[in-house]
Amino acid sequence: MQHISVTVDGMEYNAEVEPRTLLVHWLRNGIGKVGTVVGCDTSNCGACTVLLDGRSVKSCSVLAVQANGSEVTTIQGLADGNEWHPVQTAFKECHGLQCGYCTPGMVLAAVDLLGENPNPSEAEIREGLEGNLCRCTGYHNIVKSVAYAAELMGGGSK
Amino acid sequence: MIPVAFDYTQPSTVDEALASLAAGGEDAKIMGGGQSLMPVLRLRMAAPSVVVDCSRIDEMIGICEDDTHVIIGAATTHHAVMNDPLVKKYVPLLAEVTSTVADPAIRHRGTLGGALAHADPAGDQPSAAQALNAQFLIAGPSGRRTVDAKDFFVDYFTTAVGPDEILVSVAFPKQSDGWGYHYEKFSRTAQAWAMVGVAAAVRMEGGKIAEARVALTNMAPTSVRATSTEAALVGASTMADIAAASVNAADGTSPTSDIHADAEYRAHLAQVLTKRAVGKAAALS
Repeated sequence: MQHISVTVDGMEYNAEVEPRTLLVHWLRNGIGKVGTVVGCDTSNCGACTVLLDGRSVKSCSVLAVQANGSEVTTIQGLADGNEWHPVQTAFKECHGLQCGYCTPGMVLAAVDLLGENPNPSEAEIREGLEGNLCRCTGYHNIVKSVAYAAELMGGGSK
Repeated sequence: MIPVAFDYTQPSTVDEALASLAAGGEDAKIMGGGQSLMPVLRLRMAAPSVVVDCSRIDEMIGICEDDTHVIIGAATTHHAVMNDPLVKKYVPLLAEVTSTVADPAIRHRGTLGGALAHADPAGDQPSAAQALNAQFLIAGPSGRRTVDAKDFFVDYFTTAVGPDEILVSVAFPKQSDGWGYHYEKFSRTAQAWAMVGVAAAVRMEGGKIAEARVALTNMAPTSVRATSTEAALVGASTMADIAAASVNAADGTSPTSDIHADAEYRAHLAQVLTKRAVGKAAALS
C-alpha cells in the first residue's frame, strides 16, 4: 500500500492505496465521487475525464498514486456552491446532453478547452473534444453548448 | 482493480531510476506518462514487478537549446512539446506531428520519450525523429551514450534502449533556411492511430528539391525512411516530378494487413501520402 494525499474538489484526502488502483476507481470507490463515470475502460471514450492540476486527463489512464500531491477537479467540484459553472449552464440551455453518460467528461474537457482557447471556432471545438465520445451522437448540441459557454464566459465563439 | 498487482516507485533522479530498474529485474517497467502502458496494464497484457514512474525526474522534463539542437527531456508531455516556442520555431515538423497524436487529454499525460521508447509502428513521432535525424541520449549502469535515429528503432516495440537503460532526452537539429516540412496522416476516425503516415522534410534550392527525407509510419515493424523516393526526389521542381518519385515510396517496406486495410492498400496510401506530404513541404502543391 502507498500513502497518497490528493486535493479533490477543494478538499484534501489522505488514503492508503494499492499502486494498481486507477484514479477513477479511487475517486468513485475510495471517496465516493461517483459523478465521474467509467465508460469504455480503454482510454477511448473520455467519460471519466477529470482535471488534474487544471488539465483534462482520462482518469482510467492515471494511477491514483500518480495523483499524489496534485489537485483533482471532478464534475462535482465545478459549481461554485449553488451557482453552476457557465459550461454546465450552457449544456442545460443548449440541450447538450441526452442520456447524460458522457456529460461529466464532456463538460470537463470543454472547461479545459475554453481555458486554453476562450474564443474557439466550431472546428476547434470539435477537435478539442475529439477524445470524448457521445454514444447518443448528440455532438451538434454539445458543440453549440461549448460555443454558448464561450459567450457566457466572455470569449464568444468565432 | 483491473491491473495485476505491482510495486510502484517514483524516483527523482535518473540514477535512482536506474537503481530501481536494476532492483526490479527483467519484469520492471518504465512509465513516462503511462498513456500506452495503462491500457496494456488494464488488459493484463503487461504484468510488471515494479513500475518505475519517471514523470517527476527534473532532468527529464523540459525543453532547451544549444547552438545546433533543441533538446527535449524524455518525460516532457506532448502538450508541452507542441506548444513550446523553441519547438515551434526550430522543429516545426515535430510540433505538427505531435498535434496529431491521440487527443488533448492523452497529450496532457503522454510524453515524447515514452512514445519514442514504446516504438509503436503506428506511432507518429518516430517518423518525425527519423525524418529529422534526431539523436537519443540513453543512460545505463555503465554511463551514457548517444544513438542516432536510424539506429534507435530496432523492431516492433523494440529500440536501442536496453532493459537496464532509460531514455533521458532527445535532441532535434534546428531547422535551417530552405527546409520545408509536412506530416500527412491517414486514419479512419478522430483520435485513431495512423493507418499510414508520411513525414517529409525537404531542402529547396533555386525552386528545386536539393535534399529530401521521407519517413513512413506504420509501413514496417518500425518507422522507416523511403530511401529510393528520397533519391528520386532530388532535382524535382513540379508536382509531376514529385508524383513520379513517390511511386517508389513503399519499396522495401513490409506493411501488415488487418481489418481496416490490407498491405496492398497501405502501399498505395504510402505513395499518395508521400506525394502530398512532399508537395506541401516543398510548397509546390
